[in-house]
Amino acid sequence: MSHEVAGLPEGILGHHFSSLARQNEAMRLGMWLFLATEILLFGGLFCGYAVYRFQFQLAFAECSRHLNLTAGTVNTLVLITSSLTVALAIHFARTNRQRAAVICLVLTILFALGFLGIKAIEYTEHFHERALPGKYYAFEAVKVPGAAMFYSLYFLMTGLHGLHVVIGMSVLAWILWRTVQGRYSSKYYTGLELGGLYWHLVDLIWIFLYPLLYLI
Amino acid sequence: MRLSEADSQALAGAPPAPTYLEDGTTVLSWLNTRDHKRVGVMFLASVIFFFFVGGIFALLLRFKLLQPGPFFVDAISYNRMFTLHGVVMIFLFLIPSIPSAFGNFVLPLMIGARDVAFPRLNLFSYYLYLIGAAVALWGMVHGGADTGWTFYTPYSSTSPTQVAPILLGAFIVGFSSILTGVNFIVTVHTLRAPGLNWMKLPLFVWSTYATSIIQILATPVLGITLLIVTVERIGGFGLFDPARGGDPVLFQHMFWFYSHPAVYIMILPAMGVISECVCAFSRKNAFGYRAIAFSSIGIAFVGFFTWGHHLFVAGQSTFVGGAFGLLSMFVGIFTAIKVFNWVGTMYRGAITFRTPFAYICGFLYFLVFGGMTGVALATTSLDIHWHDTYFIIAHFHFIMVGASVMAFLAALHYWFPKMFGRVYHEGWGLVAASLIILGFNATFIPQFLLGNYGMPRRYYQYPEHFQALNVASTAGATLLGFGFVIIVIYLAIALRYGQRSESNPWGSKGFEWMTASPPPTHNFDQIPTITQMPHDYRTHEPPGVISVA
Repeated sequence: MSHEVAGLPEGILGHHFSSLARQNEAMRLGMWLFLATEILLFGGLFCGYAVYRFQFQLAFAECSRHLNLTAGTVNTLVLITSSLTVALAIHFARTNRQRAAVICLVLTILFALGFLGIKAIEYTEHFHERALPGKYYAFEAVKVPGAAMFYSLYFLMTGLHGLHVVIGMSVLAWILWRTVQGRYSSKYYTGLELGGLYWHLVDLIWIFLYPLLYLI
Repeated sequence: MRLSEADSQALAGAPPAPTYLEDGTTVLSWLNTRDHKRVGVMFLASVIFFFFVGGIFALLLRFKLLQPGPFFVDAISYNRMFTLHGVVMIFLFLIPSIPSAFGNFVLPLMIGARDVAFPRLNLFSYYLYLIGAAVALWGMVHGGADTGWTFYTPYSSTSPTQVAPILLGAFIVGFSSILTGVNFIVTVHTLRAPGLNWMKLPLFVWSTYATSIIQILATPVLGITLLIVTVERIGGFGLFDPARGGDPVLFQHMFWFYSHPAVYIMILPAMGVISECVCAFSRKNAFGYRAIAFSSIGIAFVGFFTWGHHLFVAGQSTFVGGAFGLLSMFVGIFTAIKVFNWVGTMYRGAITFRTPFAYICGFLYFLVFGGMTGVALATTSLDIHWHDTYFIIAHFHFIMVGASVMAFLAALHYWFPKMFGRVYHEGWGLVAASLIILGFNATFIPQFLLGNYGMPRRYYQYPEHFQALNVASTAGATLLGFGFVIIVIYLAIALRYGQRSESNPWGSKGFEWMTASPPPTHNFDQIPTITQMPHDYRTHEPPGVISVA
């Protein structure tokens, strides 16, 4: 029961909205609210990190030095670049350069895969060193109390973030399919924009995780 | 009977649009619906079902407590039963009850919208609720949990019972709640009818909006907390386990950061219902409209800074305890503002004492009684005496059952003709209301006394001199149970055989009565233009005033 808008593919404007502008506004507001819930979801973990970082300062500093700083830094660059490519995809879609938008989205998804690949290498290292969370912790190099707690938080935070990368990738793949179909143009690109917003949030959370886990 | 514009047009010639109930009658047309009204009805049926599941376990608990010693069930089953009662009542009944069932149905009608902003997401939210409920029930059938609904660590990370599926179920239901909240906020921001500015919004919309803010900001924190407990159980992560350097009190902080505001998820929509019903049954516009509206937002705001009053005996510093106690009392001020304004609305109104009004009276009494004991409990020195006793049980049941369920029942009766176009039996309605209000008092006033004498909550056995009050409480619970059964019977009869209702049987000027009852699928043939305040009884115009452009 959606009504048609001139020059747009069918089914974009819901029957209950008076105009496309109003619907776009609603979609953006909905996405921002959803992003707020995501921040609070991670907020619980950041709170836990703050508590135990304060309690086990030595162990956290020591463990942090045993993480692979190069891998972490490269991953940060990879994610920031992917945020740029997704922003470019939106820019190209709204200026009707569909081919360029598709290329940028493909690049973004490749960067996301790259991020996961590097993370997988790091995880493999941790498993070899037995630097594992909680009761499985048996890392020879750091034996200070609280080290297991660092790895619990490390795996929880990066694991949950990794899950978000996977979800973000799936969203972007869906949007890529929609872009190939020619759904987004200067007249309507909100769906693409929302996917981009979500991807920026995934990036932003990593930008906080990186210094907390690798640098300080 | 006053006709709305849509009705007059229908009478003038054009055949009336089919109601949302007639628009597709197959099961699939319900399961695959995008219509907010049908989603609301499905939520309503589900929450009523879970209310009875939780209620039956409450009665079984009360039955055991007839005897001070071992009786009827063993201790571990008793622990599982009170956990099940709490989990079902909180996560599967109270939290979705008014917002997801009635909010979904009436909120778009009240703001003159054709649907909520994201209809598909709305249906998805219902399925998430069902999936979460199924996962939790699976856990309950396969061993249950014995931790209490609060899942306190470290016991919940080591308990041999099936805690993980129940945590996961609550986690999934939480997402359903978040999505409903997002949907309502966006709907109120973007789909208001022309002329409906914020200061004309019905008070139910204000309180549902305030509830949605809490749902969005607090529920994710519960989500992550339950997730951490789950990985502790499965992977031994130890974040809340003192044996591994973790802090169990951190769990309490994170849990109550959600679960205290969650109390306001349960009571704010109830306050919204009462605001609507008080106006409709007193034939008067809301006294202190702005005060009622802003106090909802005030409760939502202050509610985020009161969680520490659950930790008065958990090793919190005296200063922090005092600060949280003081902040908690602010909730009492906002609540009192509402109570004064409701009573002010009734004053010199033309009151019709129908079933919803009986529940309003019950609500006001329970809310004031429960609220005052709440203020007393926020005083640290008193709380140390009452903490974890039956006093606290009685206090929160006064708010959650006394107030919230009374409002749920008021809403059910007030909007029954709106939803189903049928009239229930008024006489039986009043009988059931009296039984419930009487039974509720008989159940929980003895519990206040028991708590004050020092009977701790959740204990399987108790000293013999507490038996008389426990028997009184069980007797009251039985009355309460009968009351609910009567309601189900006469409402089921009304649904099938009830007299057809008029479009606006109460003559209410709430905006949800602008359209026919039951409403057509798309709610309004013509989106109304709002020129009046809600519940403006000074004129004889139909509610909202619909001008046809």
